[in-house]
Amino acid sequence: MKTFVKELYTSVAATVVLCAVVSGLYPVLIWGIGQVLFSHQANGSLVENNGQIVGSELLAQGFSGAKYFHPRPSAAGTGYDPLNSGGSNLGPTSQKLIDGIKANVAQYRQENGLSGDAVVPADAVTASGSGLDPHISLQNARIQVPRVAKERGFSEDVVRGEVSKATDNPLFGLGGEPGVNVLKVNLALDSLAPKGRLAEKKP
Amino acid sequence: MNTSGWLQLALYIVVLLLITKPLGIYLFRVLDANGKTFLDPVVKPVELLTYRIFGVDPEKEQGWILYTMAMLIFELVTVLFTYLVLRFQNFLPLNPQGMAGVTDHLAFNTAWSFATNTNWQSYGGESTMSYLSQMLALASHNFFSAAIGIAIAAAVVRGIVRHSTKTLGNFWVDLVRINYYLLLPISIVYAVFLVAQGVPQNFKPYDTAKVVEVQTVQVPKKDDAGNPVKDAKGNAVMVDQKVDSQSIVEGPIASQMAIKMLGTNGGGYTNANAAHPFENPTPLSNFIQMLSIFAIPSALTYYLGRMVKNQGHGWSVWAAMAIVFVAGVLVCWGAEAAGNPIMNHVGVDRAGGNMEGKEVRFGIFNSALFATITTDASCGAVNSMHDSFTPLGGFVPLFNIQMGEIIFGGVGSGLYGMILFIVLAVFIAGLMVGRTPEYLGKKIESYDVKVASIAILLMAFSILGFAGWAALTPWGQAGENNSGPHGLSEIFYAYSSCTGNNGSAFAGLTANPTNNDPHYDITLAFATIIGRFGMIIPVMALAGSLGRKKLIATGAGTFPVTGGLFVTLLIGTILLVGALTFLPALTLTPILEHFLMLNGKLF
Repeated sequence: MKTFVKELYTSVAATVVLCAVVSGLYPVLIWGIGQVLFSHQANGSLVENNGQIVGSELLAQGFSGAKYFHPRPSAAGTGYDPLNSGGSNLGPTSQKLIDGIKANVAQYRQENGLSGDAVVPADAVTASGSGLDPHISLQNARIQVPRVAKERGFSEDVVRGEVSKATDNPLFGLGGEPGVNVLKVNLALDSLAPKGRLAEKKP
Repeated sequence: MNTSGWLQLALYIVVLLLITKPLGIYLFRVLDANGKTFLDPVVKPVELLTYRIFGVDPEKEQGWILYTMAMLIFELVTVLFTYLVLRFQNFLPLNPQGMAGVTDHLAFNTAWSFATNTNWQSYGGESTMSYLSQMLALASHNFFSAAIGIAIAAAVVRGIVRHSTKTLGNFWVDLVRINYYLLLPISIVYAVFLVAQGVPQNFKPYDTAKVVEVQTVQVPKKDDAGNPVKDAKGNAVMVDQKVDSQSIVEGPIASQMAIKMLGTNGGGYTNANAAHPFENPTPLSNFIQMLSIFAIPSALTYYLGRMVKNQGHGWSVWAAMAIVFVAGVLVCWGAEAAGNPIMNHVGVDRAGGNMEGKEVRFGIFNSALFATITTDASCGAVNSMHDSFTPLGGFVPLFNIQMGEIIFGGVGSGLYGMILFIVLAVFIAGLMVGRTPEYLGKKIESYDVKVASIAILLMAFSILGFAGWAALTPWGQAGENNSGPHGLSEIFYAYSSCTGNNGSAFAGLTANPTNNDPHYDITLAFATIIGRFGMIIPVMALAGSLGRKKLIATGAGTFPVTGGLFVTLLIGTILLVGALTFLPALTLTPILEHFLMLNGKLF
């Protein structure tokens, strides 16, 4: 019994002391260092446009207009909702999953002027794990370039240039896949207008 | 399966191999109460002060019963503390989003789940937990449960090394030294690295962004009471809703990510866990996170070799782990890269593999690698949704967990779990050649094999018993997100994950339903408890027994615990026990689903 009481005291003391260190000092120290050295990242990599927060570089948001690159489908809440991050969690033999993908494929072909039997990039029609995947694959972006260029009256080269500027490449080509950041490329295209339009294009 | 993937796999294994020895030597010093480290000038005074506050004499060692009891009392105190913080977070500071207090069964589940290093999450973090709860109630257990795992492993190794003694070390000394010299210093450097990669660390409220292009989405129409409206056919009526803003989740994320990986905890700050760009923003952060899961478990094999003065034994254990690990990666990667033929049939590019539930920045290979690592270890963080893996791709994480998470395994728990299998392996080898089995100069007797068997049987009993129960009841079936064999897989995975103290999920399973049915929360919590202490108590009894034994001289008939024969026998024992126990149930779940998928059957 005496041993029990002694160990109980030590347990309570250990909870207080160790929590003060690992739940108090530690996160506050990281906060201090982060705010000083990496303030942009530590605060959510926010993107501002004329002083207004329009998103985070790291989080996808919805785009459906023809003049924008479209992100991957999202299962987070009603779509791209950071309060409900997550995937569809539908398994490989789910009717709902395949029906959804079928609809996405049809829509993707129609939006991008593809033929009725063209294969579409896997990432373009499947929901990501987080529902907030900021990237699309290079192949997916390439297919969307003509549509975006036409809608904005830019040459395809101009749009391709912006795509490559918004592409994140893994270090040394190792440890991951390249991807095009959709929010970044769309903002860049918006800021480009009307410069870069096809001046020579006449009716 | 492309060249880049093969190169990345080779790189991962080489880097893991390179850090094993230096970190193993460092562990050897940390786990020796009088060991010297380069941090002594700064940390030693704090360590000594801590013992004084604790009222602990660091020179006084404990026997296995007292050591285990001290650990259990500490667990009870911290679980109660976490439970109370979660229940009353709405009255506590650092709650800028005004999160409500957590319900009783969810708080019960979460407290035990984090205390047992499981970190199963029946909730979505970003919509449930205040900043204080994340740091004080949850991240604290990331440190404590990791330290306890390592401490138990150290005590077991001491039992193997020592002879004719009753003591195995001092729990409080191990707890403090592991936190102060190992987990905290690495976490500090690691968390700063993560911030640099893009993981937020702040205490401000969530930001609101005005989105670039306003979207219209369809949502179920609700009446004044908040119930969904249905049409004459019983389908939900949908209405348009404008989305013109996006809430950007904030908080102390980086500090939690570092220890969650290093301590093989795996509890996410957000619902999407390490698939979320804020938790794991780049391929580089992903590589380091994968490395940090295996770092300490891998180094502990070196520690084992160093302690028993037989480095070949440590490396042999490492090799057995590495072989099973690579086999798992190849099966999972192969299945995910081959993709789902039903998807290809409706027009999805075959070359892309199965991208459902995966992130572009990680791609197929790094998703499969992460899934294998996180379930070989008892981590349970996910960078892709296992629920949406192909059947064979999902089979690998499930079977990894069921083998007992000893392929490197959880911090500490991987090593002491592996020692149980080593004892079984040398016992089987002894039976085969008709000699008394021995392990490193100790006779393995009936008591030792009994306690080892109890630990392994309890796991199977908890996984199959609970999963069978849930599968046959309305509350169990109500949680399924998928129909057909995949729904059963979701239940099977949940109890395997909790019993194995993993914490990953076929996350479609709704364990904390809106009608507040507590069955899943309570049964899963008990699975975590059985899985943790049903393993620790027998393994400590084994350590106590080994420590009391006399050393016997090794002779020509002693079964060698190094080299190819030992590695083969060990792997055979692990696979056989896992296969015999779970193969019937696995046949009804991923294996059946695999053939149904090939035949284009949908549910």
